Amino acid sequence: MLYNYIFDLLPYKSSFRFVEEISFLNADKVIGHYTLREDAFFYEDHFPGNPVTPGAILTEIMAQIGLVVLGIYLITAGSEQPADDASLFFPLLSSVNVEFHKMALPGQRLTVTSKKGYFRFDKLKCHVEMHDAAGELVAKGIFAGFLKKIVNQPA
Amino acid sequence: MDRRAILEELKKVLEPYTENKELLRNIDENTDLVKDLKINSSNLVDVIIDAEAKYDIEIDFDSSEKMITVGSCIDVISQKINK
Repeated sequence: MLYNYIFDLLPYKSSFRFVEEISFLNADKVIGHYTLREDAFFYEDHFPGNPVTPGAILTEIMAQIGLVVLGIYLITAGSEQPADDASLFFPLLSSVNVEFHKMALPGQRLTVTSKKGYFRFDKLKCHVEMHDAAGELVAKGIFAGFLKKIVNQPA
Repeated sequence: MDRRAILEELKKVLEPYTENKELLRNIDENTDLVKDLKINSSNLVDVIIDAEAKYDIEIDFDSSEKMITVGSCIDVISQKINK
């Protein structure tokens, strides 16, 4: 898989990891993908008999790909980290201004494109768009957050 | 540019990040950006970036850490302008 080391550094695990593939990544832009799992925990109750992806989850997908993947790349400056690096990235979302244009349903493959506004003093601000497999706009917005690198202390 | 002129310009920089615009009217050098103006601390980065554009200066990390009150902002800005 391309950009394997980024996946190793992503702090999200299992049911809350919303990054599946990274197809483009440089210091100014990232394009990533996520396929909505039909058995995801939120569909059963949102809504019973009518599964629709919550806006909060779409926002999370955009933030994980658009801010956290790009942020890890910027902090590691594109250099691969050794596999035994015990460091963790701790992301904190600081603001989101997002518009939803289209519903996203279970099983759909989503593409997130994020363009860097700035990355300074640990704050990353990006213009993020999400499209479905047909290329139609699902959501777009301005995202900002902080990314801190935490180095685990030896026990 | 003297301190009074910088303060007047600084008000314009702070305006978009200050929810209660009334608070901006009576600011002085002791006004704390976060505690008094209630600016979201995560937006201080944006205040610094806007100030750089406004005064055509560059603010480094060490200087940015000093920018807590209106007075300390003016200190940093005037020092960079007069470099």
